[in-house]
Amino acid sequence: MKAKIATTWLDGCSGCHMSFLDMDERILAIADRIELVYSPLVDFKTFPDQVDVTIVEGAVASVDDLNKIKKIRKHTRFLVALGDCAINANVPSMRNPIPVEQIINRAYVENAVIHDELPKHPALPDLLARVMPVHEVVKVDVFIPGCPPSNDTIFYAVAELLDGRIPDLTDKTRFGA
Amino acid sequence: MTLEELQEIKAGEELAKSQKKKSLHVCVAAGCMSQNADGVVKALQEKLREKNLEKEVEVKGVGCMGLCAAGPLVSVEPDNRMFQEISPANAHLVTDNLEIGKRTTNDLPSDSPFFTRQVKIVTENCGVINPEKIEEYIAADGYLALYAVLHDMEPAEVVQNMIKSGLRGRGGGGYPTGLKWSTVSKAAGQKKYVICNADEGDPGAFMDRSVLESDPHRILEGMAIAAYAIGADEGFIYVRAEYPLAISRLKTAIKQAERKGVLGSTIFGTTFNFSVSIRLGAGAFVCGEETALIASIEGGRGTPRPRPPYPAESGLWGKPTLINNVETFANVAPIIRKGAEWYSSIGTESSKGTKVFALAGQVVNTGLIEVPMGMSLREIIFEIGGGIPGGRKFKAVQTGGPSGGCIPEEFLDIRVDYESLTKLGSIMGSGGMIVMDENSNMVDVARYFMEFCMSESCGKCVPCRVGTAQIYDLLTRFAEKQATESDLVLLEELCDVVKNTSLCGLGQSAPNPVLSTLKYFRHEYLERIQAEVI
Amino acid sequence: MPVNGQIKIVTLKVNGKDVSARADQTILQVCRENEVFIPTLCHLEGLSNIGACRLCMVEVAGQKKLLPACTTTVNEGMEITTTTDRLGHYRRMILELIFSERNHTCSVCVSNNYCELQFLSQKLGIDHIRVPYRFPKFNVDASHPYFVLDHNRCILCTRCVRVCDEIEGAHVWDVSGRGIQARVITELNQPWGSAETCTQCGKCVNVCPVGALSDKGRSVAENKKRSEFLPYLTQRRREKI
Repeated sequence: MKAKIATTWLDGCSGCHMSFLDMDERILAIADRIELVYSPLVDFKTFPDQVDVTIVEGAVASVDDLNKIKKIRKHTRFLVALGDCAINANVPSMRNPIPVEQIINRAYVENAVIHDELPKHPALPDLLARVMPVHEVVKVDVFIPGCPPSNDTIFYAVAELLDGRIPDLTDKTRFGA
Repeated sequence: MTLEELQEIKAGEELAKSQKKKSLHVCVAAGCMSQNADGVVKALQEKLREKNLEKEVEVKGVGCMGLCAAGPLVSVEPDNRMFQEISPANAHLVTDNLEIGKRTTNDLPSDSPFFTRQVKIVTENCGVINPEKIEEYIAADGYLALYAVLHDMEPAEVVQNMIKSGLRGRGGGGYPTGLKWSTVSKAAGQKKYVICNADEGDPGAFMDRSVLESDPHRILEGMAIAAYAIGADEGFIYVRAEYPLAISRLKTAIKQAERKGVLGSTIFGTTFNFSVSIRLGAGAFVCGEETALIASIEGGRGTPRPRPPYPAESGLWGKPTLINNVETFANVAPIIRKGAEWYSSIGTESSKGTKVFALAGQVVNTGLIEVPMGMSLREIIFEIGGGIPGGRKFKAVQTGGPSGGCIPEEFLDIRVDYESLTKLGSIMGSGGMIVMDENSNMVDVARYFMEFCMSESCGKCVPCRVGTAQIYDLLTRFAEKQATESDLVLLEELCDVVKNTSLCGLGQSAPNPVLSTLKYFRHEYLERIQAEVI
Repeated sequence: MPVNGQIKIVTLKVNGKDVSARADQTILQVCRENEVFIPTLCHLEGLSNIGACRLCMVEVAGQKKLLPACTTTVNEGMEITTTTDRLGHYRRMILELIFSERNHTCSVCVSNNYCELQFLSQKLGIDHIRVPYRFPKFNVDASHPYFVLDHNRCILCTRCVRVCDEIEGAHVWDVSGRGIQARVITELNQPWGSAETCTQCGKCVNVCPVGALSDKGRSVAENKKRSEFLPYLTQRRREKI
């Protein structure tokens, strides 16, 4: 049976997903062994009940991110934090020393040339007081640091997981790699 | 100064005393002073004048009598009588009822265990002599020990005496004092220093302050004897600037001692020279750590450095240096005067002599006490301390300040000494003893002490600088009931790393209040665990 | 220590292996000579040792406490263990504490790829920080014409303080504040650009193990350090060339 794999994207730049795709033809070898059940790369709208491995890119920055990751954790056997944003909140967290109101105001009012008003729409999620790495919110099983982790690293990690092993990434990647 | 002159001064003091029928001793140490003890002295003098008693009855300011909770205190000598809570407004209660047999509502029972259970060595002159008159110290056999040492003993004999006495460092570590003296005396070098550590900084502790305010000459004499024993000619007293009264009395004492020739050059007509200067600490707790203290005296930033080399080998300006705490030096003269055997007959097998404790918190008789080593915590808190006010239940006692731990009721009967407290996860420390009742919340207690350590960490080494801040943040989560089970795991791991990898004693002991409350009151932490990471 | 004017030679064991050393050498020196890895951050060959980062702690037989290798001199018969599960745990934890203390964002740091903190965390297998990040607010001092100080990346190793004092002799740098509030300052807490004592030699920048001190105008991952000058300088001084 093929392993059910999901990927998701919280507060990040999608660079980790790009790096994932950068594994080029090797992706075919992986595709034979997996079923991609949820991902920004495919078109499923709801997260399935039971997923073997979910790969998360990005930090937890909004209420939406928070709800999403909690739900994903509930339905995932193996949660992988991919890239620095998911692991240490990275660039998104650089707003953390500054209060949220101040940041929003700066972005939408102080620096605005036209329509200087705060965005208000029920579909827009509130920002959390501080951006958090994924493991501060839910339990994470594997960490793949890097900004982004190289395609070789991602390929190695996924292949190891599919073979039922926890990948040892010590000499393959690091924060900021 | 000669022996005869010492004896003359003593005789003169005794004569003056015999010409007065009674003497009113008013505590003018910081505790009573803060409640207008100065005003009490004036009011008493005035009342006596009104009654035409000023020739027969003298009024004098003395040091700490211990029972700070009931201050300002006035004692009547030689009647062994004590009045509590005297103010300028009710001073007449004392002067109107001086006759033996008369009682007032402000009389303290003289047979109270608070007084009868204490054994006073360090504080023998506290509340008895005027700390600003060297003559009164001399009349209480002061500087006799220094005379004896300079005339009848070789330095090595003095060291031997200290070793035999079994005295251990009263600053907290409990390192054998004689051994320390012996190490410094053997260290190579012509120039050596003696330092008195009076940078008392534990919250709730005021033993050293009281001794300095009540009997400053005792410290000078102890330091001079130490200097003779190890071959030093210069000493420093490092006292925190927050103790202005102690500083001013020390300054007065140094001036008087120099004038009388018991400090300075050719002391007691011998070739021994010893001068003492005061250095003020700017309020950093870590400067109580000896290497940080030395850095501070040298004019640098008060941060500790790794030992070895120990100050005994390379201390102030790289010279062999003896550092002892105030209370340690206060024990020296009595040991010389009464003998090492006498001293070692008091206390337990491993811890000799007495210990001064600052009794504070939820206890009836807050104040300063001195008890023989080996007295049980129950006797200290319930007999001398008078138990918990308001009939509430005892919960724990915190010893050793921010470096110590909380001891629960089940261990109240242990005999207090260095080893027994350490075994319970606390320490003797410098002598702070904070009693907590059933309303105390142990997580808050741990958090309070951690906040203290966090803000007092010097910031030099990583585990103490960052670890104490992280532990404090975690304890805040517990206090706010936001903690998770993984926070508890992390808390214990952080305590372990801070304890075992920090550079100096401040960091190494900072986790103690957390570890001891986790050990004895773990349920209070568990009750505060709410959410869990999914 | 000297015997007949000579420094005594001692033999000891490092991780079970017999080695010899001069009696005035530190455990760290002996281990490095024998190619035994011990992580360090505050230590730098050529500067005084202060034992502050606590990464170089080792176990010594018969000693209850762990000892810092950089400030402990060797003894005859000493048995040193440099790698145990316990030491590894403490070292990782100390690095995690450093990461959690300020705002270390490797991906956009001038020192990415040239950073000793980054290198050590990879070497010790740190793939995430369990200790909560503190995210303090710190400013950047870009007032100096050639150099930049970013407190967000500082780990308080005080190499800059020591190199400026001990090697350059200017003592522009010092530490201000206590505990978690401590930070490096220039002159009496004046902007670096106005520091009259600064000789603009750049030694502090080159000994900084992380990206806290960098050359102005350097972008992400361009802050390659050149600390080779230090052993060269100290050796020249020793030999009085």
